[in-house]
Amino acid sequence: MLDLDALAKSFDGHKAVAGLTFTLQKGEVLGFLGQNGAGKSTTMRMIAGVLEPDTGDARITGLSITEERREAQRQIGFLPEGAPLYRDMTPNTFLRFMADAHGLNRADRKNAIERVIADARIGSVATLPISTLSKGYRRRVGLAGAILHDPPVLLLDEPTDGLDPIQKRAVRALIARMAPEKAIVISTHTLEEVPAMCTRVIVIDHGSIVADDTPEHLAKSRPGGLEEAFMRLAGERDEATT
Amino acid sequence: MIARLDSTMTGIKAAWRRELSAYFATPLAYVFIAIFLIVLGIFTWELSRFFDTGAADLGPFFYWHPWLYMLFMPALAMRLWADESGAGTSELLLSLPISLPGLVIGKLLAAWTVAGLALALTLPWWITVNILGPADNAAIALSYFVSFLMAGGYLAIGAAVSALTRSSVLAFVIGVVVAFLLTAAGWPFVTGAVTSVLGAGAGDAIAQFSFVTHFETAQRGVLELRGLVFFLGFIALCAALNTLFVSHKRSGSG
Repeated sequence: MLDLDALAKSFDGHKAVAGLTFTLQKGEVLGFLGQNGAGKSTTMRMIAGVLEPDTGDARITGLSITEERREAQRQIGFLPEGAPLYRDMTPNTFLRFMADAHGLNRADRKNAIERVIADARIGSVATLPISTLSKGYRRRVGLAGAILHDPPVLLLDEPTDGLDPIQKRAVRALIARMAPEKAIVISTHTLEEVPAMCTRVIVIDHGSIVADDTPEHLAKSRPGGLEEAFMRLAGERDEATT
Repeated sequence: MIARLDSTMTGIKAAWRRELSAYFATPLAYVFIAIFLIVLGIFTWELSRFFDTGAADLGPFFYWHPWLYMLFMPALAMRLWADESGAGTSELLLSLPISLPGLVIGKLLAAWTVAGLALALTLPWWITVNILGPADNAAIALSYFVSFLMAGGYLAIGAAVSALTRSSVLAFVIGVVVAFLLTAAGWPFVTGAVTSVLGAGAGDAIAQFSFVTHFETAQRGVLELRGLVFFLGFIALCAALNTLFVSHKRSGSG
């Protein structure tokens, strides 16, 4: 469902993403890990069509993000880092805007909005201005917008950031419910969430893949579990260069 | 081709609805309209001595339009793209399967709708001159139409400039400066100065780039194809530049 082929991006001569290649199948939930600045968000932005790659391509259900951008974007639900939203809107009007942008007709729009309001559990705040909502609710509104058109590929950048434990559990349950029918990429800093949500882990460092495994295997690869394995993999090159 | 047009229409509709709701979700549109009407009223009434002329003529009223648009339209357009960059919602917007020209046109049309509403609320002036005496209603209707087009021109400047910066204030200041240049180019003081230095041809050429020149022709009741092409072409040029500035963000340098 998602094929990355040597995806690369540099900013002012600094290589942010250095030729990432991997494939994600339907039913896989990928934990996309790395230190701050490792290239996670840049990779997600390129897959979502927000940034143009310098070289390489990402194919979403076979559609090239560089050559068939709009068609490919229809297959993606994207929750950007920090879940940016229009603060003057209510969740209802925001979701209506997202439905307009995806070209949903009136009947589909109504059903889709009702579905995601229930899935993201934002019914109690659906008519309140987004500017008055807590960070956790705002994140769930963003998530509702990302899944509104029921895309086969989901890109979620820090989807549980700012959520309380109950909200985190609800989001995890929602991801688990959607997982069998979708390919999902989740960027997260919260390592303990990875075994709970993900079936596969890719760790990137300085824009390159340094590990691609299941959370279980990665956790067993080093005493101390996933955190130690992540520290070793993500910090390896820093240590080598110092 | 049809898919592209469909995507553009989807973008126009989504962006227009979103921006229009944003204008009216806060006091912005109401305050804008109220202040515009008050200032236009004061200028027409007090500075141009509207009732002292004793003529059923809206000339003193239309005279101020370019000068007020020069300030008010960049204020209306300044947040269109700068706020998207500032709040990070441009990332969300660029991830949606809609065409950039559609988004640009939709946003511009939303601001133009608010400007059109403000202009429509001045229609009592038109009724007033008809009460005062026999008015040249064809010339007034044409002036209103070209004034509306001119508002679109000023808004297109503001929207394009807004795509260059994350700061609404900076977008406003640059927008006003560009708008001033395109307004003052038709001012007799400027055309006279250019003519005296570079000759009559240069003065006329400079004046042709001014909004005032083309608007004054309409105020005389003359509908010139040249004027229509100027305003529509200028709006299209600014919208194209606006699209270019936004698409530049995709390269990661914006």
